Amino acid sequence: MSYNINEKGYYGDFGGAYIPEMLYPNIEELRENYLKITSEPSFQEEFHQLLKDYVGRPSPLYFAKRLSEKYNTKIYLKREDLNHTGAHKVNNTIGQILLAKRLGKTRIIAETGAGQHGVATATVCALMGIECVVYMGEVDIARQAPNVARMKMLGAKVVPAISGSRTLKDATNEAMRDWINNPVDTHYIVGSVVGPHPYPDMVARFQAVVSKEIKNQLLEKEGSEDPNYLIACVGGGSNAAGTYYHYLDNENVKIIAVEAAGKGVETGESAATMVLGNEGIIHGSKTLLMQTKDGQITEPYSISAGLDYPGVGPMHANLYKTGRAEFIAIKDDEAMKAGMQLSKLEGIIPAIETSHALAVFETKKFKPEDIVVVNLSGRGDKDLQNYIDYFKL
Amino acid sequence: MNRINKKLQEDKKLLSIYFTAGFPHIDDTVTIIQNLEKSGVDMIEIGLPFSDPLADGPTIQDSSKKALQNGMTSELLFEQLKDIRNTVSIPLIIMGYFNPILQYGVEAFCKKCKAIGIDGLIIPDLPVDIYHSEYKSTFENYGLKNIFLITPQTSDERIHYIDSVSDGFIYMVSSASTTGAKSGFGNIQTDYFERISTMNLKNPQIVGFGISNKDTFNQATKFAKGAIIGSAFIKHLKENTIEDLNSFILPILNKH
Ligand SMILES: Cc1ncc(COP(=O)(O)O)c(C=O)c1O
Repeated sequence: MSYNINEKGYYGDFGGAYIPEMLYPNIEELRENYLKITSEPSFQEEFHQLLKDYVGRPSPLYFAKRLSEKYNTKIYLKREDLNHTGAHKVNNTIGQILLAKRLGKTRIIAETGAGQHGVATATVCALMGIECVVYMGEVDIARQAPNVARMKMLGAKVVPAISGSRTLKDATNEAMRDWINNPVDTHYIVGSVVGPHPYPDMVARFQAVVSKEIKNQLLEKEGSEDPNYLIACVGGGSNAAGTYYHYLDNENVKIIAVEAAGKGVETGESAATMVLGNEGIIHGSKTLLMQTKDGQITEPYSISAGLDYPGVGPMHANLYKTGRAEFIAIKDDEAMKAGMQLSKLEGIIPAIETSHALAVFETKKFKPEDIVVVNLSGRGDKDLQNYIDYFKL
Repeated sequence: MNRINKKLQEDKKLLSIYFTAGFPHIDDTVTIIQNLEKSGVDMIEIGLPFSDPLADGPTIQDSSKKALQNGMTSELLFEQLKDIRNTVSIPLIIMGYFNPILQYGVEAFCKKCKAIGIDGLIIPDLPVDIYHSEYKSTFENYGLKNIFLITPQTSDERIHYIDSVSDGFIYMVSSASTTGAKSGFGNIQTDYFERISTMNLKNPQIVGFGISNKDTFNQATKFAKGAIIGSAFIKHLKENTIEDLNSFILPILNKH
């Protein structure tokens, strides 16, 4: 059994393209071309050159000595926070901008939650000299102000999404509506492994560089490509998909996915999709999502803008349903504490999204000889105000 | 014969009206339907509100949001419509996004529609390919017509495929847009309407999106069998009582 996508665009029962006819030509154009274009040698060459010289890859795999001592296990941090723009998101936007150029697109749109994907998109648009419009929930604009300013400096237009809970889900709706209204010249750079096929697979492939590097780096450091555990936080699931990608079908490597429990899964203020969700359709994909009995999508909550999403990519829905991955829900408070702890122990201030993944060590015990790789998906600069407010710094 | 097919045989241009169930008030559904029929409307699309209406512009987003706040659900809509066929005889179509229907259960939903006397469904985010392979027989078992959309970007090949899967009419989206986004038609639309009319499709076409009054209705129906008005009617409902639908409908039908 493979945990990767099948030729119809599904991971097990999940995936597909449940889109209005207005989006069909756009999606079909992508579906027909994404594998062809991305496998061309000239594409691969340009992609890897930019990842190396512009993004700064390979990102280090850092053995976190003091954190490992504290939890009595071997913890490696995959330093996506050191990428240009400060998170894993740029791996995907580099790939998609090169694809968009080859498709002849002259305008880029994107949604963003934490603003990391918006910044990464604005960055590659500046790099290529292409017009960029980023949709962002009004609530997120307020809580991620530094990233809003960065996008503006990079020349992007930031459009507030004012419907619904005014967070990531609503920004995604607005981006899709924009695409319906601009079907010919515009490419939509989706920021995670969500949305209609081929997006989940395309984004996973661009992020797969993460697990490819982990394999090489672990082989060098530990004499084996395989860790015992991989840990990543899951909003839509792109940093997780990249971390797992080359290990999906290697069941010697255990997979842990971390969701945002918000104030607690039973409080009604949560984004723990696996605990609270069931099967349905969100943003064109059949997956697990939080919804009412009547099929209305419910408003999630998390202190972290990047995890504040009521669905999850179809790859992860399948990893959950098949039991391939263990899902753990981490509360706001647990995440904030873990973020502070990493800062103190290792001198690394993580993004609040990433702090959720780091909090796993408080709830789950690992053996001293276990090798545990955590995707340090982003740096905490953008979250400084939230840390200041929370810890009264 | 299904009411939709029968209606399409009438020798006239058809006016279809979309409204969101539960808007402006939760109990308006039946009155709006009855009054629309009395005004001379040929067909009605009853919108089942959804929290995330991707293909809709601000007007229908707002009416959907209000309807949900008012407490509209699939179950309640069915309850409201249970005796509708005692008083209304024009074709009734439910238009809604797929997720609420999926949660209700596709078969249970179809069964309920048949029991009430609903004639068809429009589900914008259920693509024809998935319908064809997974749900067609269920819809047919309950005598429901599923109506598909085409747009100016839809290829001729795909239009022919959609035509072959359809039995009723084809919903011709006037321009690349969400609902209510553009008003009035330019050369692109006229060319597109004309192009489709020469394709010899077996299903008649009804134009939707961007139709708001008599002028746009006449332009759209020059080549097509009928036209659908949504956002403009919702705006009328916001500013008028549900007893006063004639002032919106009659001018379009040349009946004032
Ligand atoms: C640093 C960081 N980590 C994780 C995420 C969550 O996204 P995903 O699950 O796609 O990796 C985000 C999203 O904004 C982010 O900025």
